Amino acid sequence: MSITINNLTAGYDRHPVVHHLSGSFADASLTAVAGPNGGGKSTLLKALVGFVPLMTGRIDFGGIKSDDIAYLPQQFEIDRTFPISVIDVVLLGNWSRTGAYKPMGKLHKKEALDALAEVDMAAFASRPVVSLSTGQWQRVLFARIIVQRARLILLDEPFAAIDGHTTLELMQQLKQWGRNGVTIICVMHDLNLVRSHFPQSLLLSRELIAWGSTADVLSEENLEAALERRGSWQESLERCEINGEERSA
Amino acid sequence: MKRALTGAVLVSCSSAPLGVFLVLRRMSLLGDIMAHAILPGVAAAFILFGMSIPVMSIGGLAAGLTVALLAGVVSRFTALREDASFAALYLIAVASGVLMISLHGTAQDLEDILFGDARLLDEQILSLMAVISGSTLLALLLIYRTLVVESFDPVFLRTVRGNGGVVHAVFITLTVLNMVANYRAMGTLMSAGLMLVPAIASQFWTQHLRSMLALAVALAVSGSMLGLILAFSCNLPSGPSIILILGGFYLFSLLFGRFGSVRARYFPFRHFSR
Repeated sequence: MSITINNLTAGYDRHPVVHHLSGSFADASLTAVAGPNGGGKSTLLKALVGFVPLMTGRIDFGGIKSDDIAYLPQQFEIDRTFPISVIDVVLLGNWSRTGAYKPMGKLHKKEALDALAEVDMAAFASRPVVSLSTGQWQRVLFARIIVQRARLILLDEPFAAIDGHTTLELMQQLKQWGRNGVTIICVMHDLNLVRSHFPQSLLLSRELIAWGSTADVLSEENLEAALERRGSWQESLERCEINGEERSA
Repeated sequence: MKRALTGAVLVSCSSAPLGVFLVLRRMSLLGDIMAHAILPGVAAAFILFGMSIPVMSIGGLAAGLTVALLAGVVSRFTALREDASFAALYLIAVASGVLMISLHGTAQDLEDILFGDARLLDEQILSLMAVISGSTLLALLLIYRTLVVESFDPVFLRTVRGNGGVVHAVFITLTVLNMVANYRAMGTLMSAGLMLVPAIASQFWTQHLRSMLALAVALAVSGSMLGLILAFSCNLPSGPSIILILGGFYLFSLLFGRFGSVRARYFPFRHFSR
């Protein structure tokens, strides 16, 4: 039931950012996606969630449907000044069950409050989101994912600008999801965090550098290769002919 | 007077909530542009069919939607920022509208269309206003949840495959419809005012959407009633009177509101113990 990627190329305006990537995420695995800026980490997540069309290849989700996928983009993509309360944000996690019309009942509300309690934010339920700190806001978004009951969770730098204590608590939540059988793919910048918490890693610099157990993937050679690869790709604008197929790259 | 008041209350109830969403979606400018964009359509209908309210309203609706569509296309396919494309388009719309009316009508026609007059409201316009207002509120109820999510977290809406595109299109159509409902009383130049000014003022008083919507409606209703009473008793034009009363609400909120006002910033209440 793993998620298998076969020869995936994705990007914007004919310029691939992720180039001919193949591999698989095991069921209930916790994988960090690391690599330099512009290396395609966010694009890989967007390709998985279907926001970026694939130029080549395909993804086999092994029975996971799009309702089962939760995606949390980088923080700046959500308007945190909007006049909405914490509980209403968490309730949105029910969308796949309620859609745009079905009313949210007592059960939905209880589930949302329980999720808030799990991330230590129950006392904030009726507060407007504009009053939250960055760390509190991230906890609320995690609570929404809990309510979503996803089987695949994609997180894009969830710990950027988050203090150490909150990071550790949210990391426990990631591990809890893993124990419940959820597959997690998480874009990470902080390699120390990756080494201490993520069993699996994928090092991406437009092309796959390494994919496997974190200790093997984050070796000195691999990290150097990731940096080098990135530089050389900036200039190559010929058509790509990897795997025998001619592609406008 | 009674007709004018009825009309003002009707359009206030539907315009103000739309205004709140326009402001929250950082689209206030778009509201202003839609108001101006209906002018060439109104003018064309006026030239072809004379002062016929239903036809002029349809003309206005068509022109407004065309400009909205054009603005979307232009901003998608050119390097210019969206607000710049919008500004260019609405200036062209206003200029062509004014030119068309000047060539074919009297100065009084031009004034009526640009500035409106609540005294001109008849049964026909009132029923148009009632239909637009009622259907706007109904449509807003139907798209409410999706519109909220589309406004605050569009990425989430995409991941759960909510219908953001349709809701956006419905929202723009409602905005143009309400401009069409407003322009007879307030004129095309000021019909955005009833939509936007109460919505902007309400931002200073609450951080909860439902109270914000209710407050904006309350401000719009009371402002337009006060404005009309002022206009009738002092024999002033109705549109500017209403907008200036609403402007007074805005200034008061800016100075004394609970959130982000001058008062809140420079003279905060004593803080809680924790």
